[in-house]
Amino acid sequence: MKKEFIYLAILGGLLAALPAFAGPYALSVATLILYFAYTGQAWNVMMGFAGQLSLGHSLYVGVGAYAAGALFFHYGIGPWAGLWLAMALCVAFGLVIGFLAFRFGISGVYFALLTIAFAEFTRIGFDHLDWLGGPGGMFLRVAQRDVWDLANFRGPPLMYYYAMLFLTVAAFIGCWMLLRSKAGYYWQAIRENEEAAQALGINTFRWKMAAVALSAAMTSISGVFFAFYYNNLFPEQIFHINRSIELILGPVIGGIGTLFGPILGAAVLTLLSDGITELLAALGWEIPGIKQVFYGLVLLAVVMFLPHGIWPALHRRLGFHK
Amino acid sequence: MSLDLVVNVAIAGVLTGLVYGLMALGLSVIFGVVRVVNFAHGEMMTIAMYAATALFAALSLDPFLAVLPVAAAFFVLGYAMQAGLINPFITRPEHSQFMLLVAVAIILVNALLMIFGPGARNVQVDYQLESFEIGKILVDKARLYAALLAVAAAAALFAFFRFSLTGKAIRACADNYLGAKVVGLNVKKYYALTFGLGAACVAVAGCAMVLLVDVTPPLGPYYTLLAFVIVIVGGLGSMTGALLGGVLIGVSEALAGLFIAPSAKSMFSFGLLILVLLLRPQGLLGKKA
Repeated sequence: MKKEFIYLAILGGLLAALPAFAGPYALSVATLILYFAYTGQAWNVMMGFAGQLSLGHSLYVGVGAYAAGALFFHYGIGPWAGLWLAMALCVAFGLVIGFLAFRFGISGVYFALLTIAFAEFTRIGFDHLDWLGGPGGMFLRVAQRDVWDLANFRGPPLMYYYAMLFLTVAAFIGCWMLLRSKAGYYWQAIRENEEAAQALGINTFRWKMAAVALSAAMTSISGVFFAFYYNNLFPEQIFHINRSIELILGPVIGGIGTLFGPILGAAVLTLLSDGITELLAALGWEIPGIKQVFYGLVLLAVVMFLPHGIWPALHRRLGFHK
Repeated sequence: MSLDLVVNVAIAGVLTGLVYGLMALGLSVIFGVVRVVNFAHGEMMTIAMYAATALFAALSLDPFLAVLPVAAAFFVLGYAMQAGLINPFITRPEHSQFMLLVAVAIILVNALLMIFGPGARNVQVDYQLESFEIGKILVDKARLYAALLAVAAAAALFAFFRFSLTGKAIRACADNYLGAKVVGLNVKKYYALTFGLGAACVAVAGCAMVLLVDVTPPLGPYYTLLAFVIVIVGGLGSMTGALLGGVLIGVSEALAGLFIAPSAKSMFSFGLLILVLLLRPQGLLGKKA
């Protein structure tokens, strides 16, 4: 336990000091890694802790991004107010989906497909909402890049990096505490055996709803960040099933249900993807699609040979014990 | 908007829906027996479509003749994929199987992009422009032939499962994994056979579909979702349900495209899916789990 804390403190210190020696490109890659680490952690609450497989998490990213983005775009209201709207809407969406699914006894593959259906349904719906730009997209005003305008969450890339670092650390600590709380034990009981959990008197419906609500609220913050970091939103991109898959790859590769898995998975996948791009550019093999083929092959190898993800395997190697 | 137009569009929807149904039948058979959701289903469909366009371009082979070699190749590939890749995963958790097939899907769709490029491909045969006229109703010849091929392939599959000894053995594996093992069936071999048959269904559906639409790599993920919607609406694991679901989705897509906007058509499919999942989670023709 002690050893883990020391490693984590060193890692945290390195990440906090990273901007001092990283160039703009490295900083953008690091921001992306943290974005996927945080969002993966949010998904992990639902799947890794409570065992509910959601394949439609892009719904919460998209609704969060559009809620805060629209307030800013139409009324000039900054993201600190928009954040609450985003969270409220995403929790409402999550609760509706959760209520419908859990009340009607939908679980496993069917639940996963239901989450895809809701995300796709919303994607096509947003394509037809002209108030939000429709398929042509919504573009947020880009302010001066060198001034820290915290009230409107506008500033240099450094600001976004630290915001994402803060979120990742906060989510890590929050999830660590959750896993050791009553809720965490209830969720893990539901994940391992729902009927047994129910027999022990756990209100599984209520706790599954709580997991969905928390996961949706956390993911909505990713959406708000996405809107103000990229400044453009297209339903076709943000709600697409590929986005949902992309954001769950990190925790799955890193290790579902572990605290460090989503962070490690996000780092491995983002660096891998960038590494493949660089390598192919160096070799001069710039054929469309070749990068994703390599990416898919690595993914296949990890899924086949490390069924529980990278972190549980590495965990033992590093001599940590549970 | 005249009634004739609506009837014409609805008929076209039914015919396209039968081809969708055959595609979904492949998914349904695989899920019903192997209990693995094939997330690379639509990607396999587009491979079959590309194979048909390539055979047409190289040998000017009509897609209705290309069906035979493509289906045979798909059967072998499907068998190999189940035996080599998926069989080790059948005891693993769902999300693990999901990731495996997502990885396969990413590789397939991008391999197609590498080989064929992003442009649309199609086949051009003379009967694509002709149609049968019955009063004011026009039925495209190519669409009708494609639907007939789909129905014939589905009927052959029904007969196989119903009457052949191998089909019976596969149904036994689906009903009771342990029981099938106890009576001495080589379950993994039958799983591979089932995946091969499912892949062959997709191959036939792909060859038929290439007469109706142009093929591009992004069509793969779209068809995967479409096949999910169809089998859930019809009932996962139910063979007639898959065909019924295909027709329902085909008609609703066609009519939504006519009355609202072509871009909104899949919204209706997903809306239908949500309704069915909530009101009858086992699907229209599915048995209660």
